[in-house]
Amino acid sequence: MSFLLDLWTIVAVSAGVFFFLAGTVGLLRFPDTLTRLHALTKADNLGLGLVVLGLLPHVSGPLAALKLVCVWLLVLLAGATASQLIARVARRAEPPA
Amino acid sequence: MSAATLYGLCGAALVGLGLYGLLVNPQPLRKILSFNLVGSGVFLLFGVVARRGAALGMGGDPVPQALVITGIVVAFSATALAVALLLRLHDATGSATLAAPEPGAPPAA
Amino acid sequence: MMMAMLLDGSLVLLILVVAVWTVAVHDSFAAVVGYTVYGLLLALAWVRLAAVDAALTEAAIGGGLTGVLLIRAAVRLRRTEAVSRAETPGPLFRAMAALVAASIAAALAVVVLSLPEPGPTLAPYVAQHIATTGLGNAVTAVLLSFRAIDTLLEAVVLIFALIAVWTLTPERFWGGLPGPKYETDPNGMLAYLARLLPPIGIVVAVYVLWVGADLPGGKFQAGTLLAAMWLLAIMAGLTEAPPISSRWLRGMLVAGTGVFLVIGFAGVPLAGAFLAYPEGYAKPLIIAIEAASMASIAFTLALLVLGPPERSDRR
Repeated sequence: MSFLLDLWTIVAVSAGVFFFLAGTVGLLRFPDTLTRLHALTKADNLGLGLVVLGLLPHVSGPLAALKLVCVWLLVLLAGATASQLIARVARRAEPPA
Repeated sequence: MSAATLYGLCGAALVGLGLYGLLVNPQPLRKILSFNLVGSGVFLLFGVVARRGAALGMGGDPVPQALVITGIVVAFSATALAVALLLRLHDATGSATLAAPEPGAPPAA
Repeated sequence: MMMAMLLDGSLVLLILVVAVWTVAVHDSFAAVVGYTVYGLLLALAWVRLAAVDAALTEAAIGGGLTGVLLIRAAVRLRRTEAVSRAETPGPLFRAMAALVAASIAAALAVVVLSLPEPGPTLAPYVAQHIATTGLGNAVTAVLLSFRAIDTLLEAVVLIFALIAVWTLTPERFWGGLPGPKYETDPNGMLAYLARLLPPIGIVVAVYVLWVGADLPGGKFQAGTLLAAMWLLAIMAGLTEAPPISSRWLRGMLVAGTGVFLVIGFAGVPLAGAFLAYPEGYAKPLIIAIEAASMASIAFTLALLVLGPPERSDRR
């Protein structure tokens, strides 16, 4: 049983790290602000979500698991709002052709 | 080399980096940033001393850790005062530079 | 062991790279963003050094509030960038500065490498006497009982810094409203976030304050959270900062230090020394000081970020 839980942790955290890597590559390689924001949301939503899911089997109780999920939800909220605000400013600064 | 020593060397490097930035950057805002770098490097050195004092189930000596927490808050208030001074200088003279004004320039508002 | 060294080594490398970038990059706004990232990485370093309270404080104040302060300043100073940048010193000065900086860094590195091997520590003394405070978190016990005078003086320093910022008010705005008037779309994203996040933030702040007695946390981190929530509401245009001449605001600012001083002086007849706690009453007194201080710290930090008044209070 604990072997399966460890396997789940390794798989989920690796997948989450892969999405973080993809988001970072997108941030560095995409041409303009809007596409870079799009790449970053992948790191926020999927990357962090998978890492949190992977860590859930190893927490000390349901309350700690709830805290981890709350952290993910707060990061989603902050990331979504910040992306919207940055995108609005970028849209005004460089109007699409 | 233990982990604490590694972070200690990192703190020493940060103090050097911040000092270089403080001396070389002409913009006052960058000087404030570099000063904060020096401060955080010093706090890291405190943290290393705290970590090496781990004993009796505590992860680190709590006294330097408490000093660091006090230091971070006081460093923030010093930064806030420095930024307020800088913005006031900018509002009063129209430029944000630490160079002396030319003789014969009109006095500040 | 190897994995831990790998993690620490990569973190140190990342911190140094971001710090070098912050010092070297040309655009000031980019440097401020780099500094915020550096603050958050430093919070991770604090966790690796087993100082979780310091990590929380660094993430909240060093990364968060200092970042907001510096971003506002960088935006306002944007037009003076080119003029200031022209004053960059020549290569000879830069070489000498690099020499000075490198020698000081080398001296500190030598000190770090020659620290005594069983590191001297006060942890046994703290562990011996922590039962008198009724707390489980050693750092909170040190801050509010063993070194309470430091925390009291720090609260006073914060108020002095705020008064110093307020003395920079231009004559015509004396006693007025701090910060510019923020007007945003009342149905927009920022207003939505400012309605959704503060209730969560307040609950988390009270939790961090309460749990700081036995686990990492405490009044500085909680006060910073509250200050951030108030700043969010102000910057979304949902509420206005009160004029700095208002009595209740000034009362709130000194309430924390006032409670601290009252309890400190009450310790003289009741327990024999300034800031000594009577037997068995240590924990409730400490909680009272922390709660009052949290409110004062929240107001002080938020007002420090907003700066001196920029609008007159007279209608």
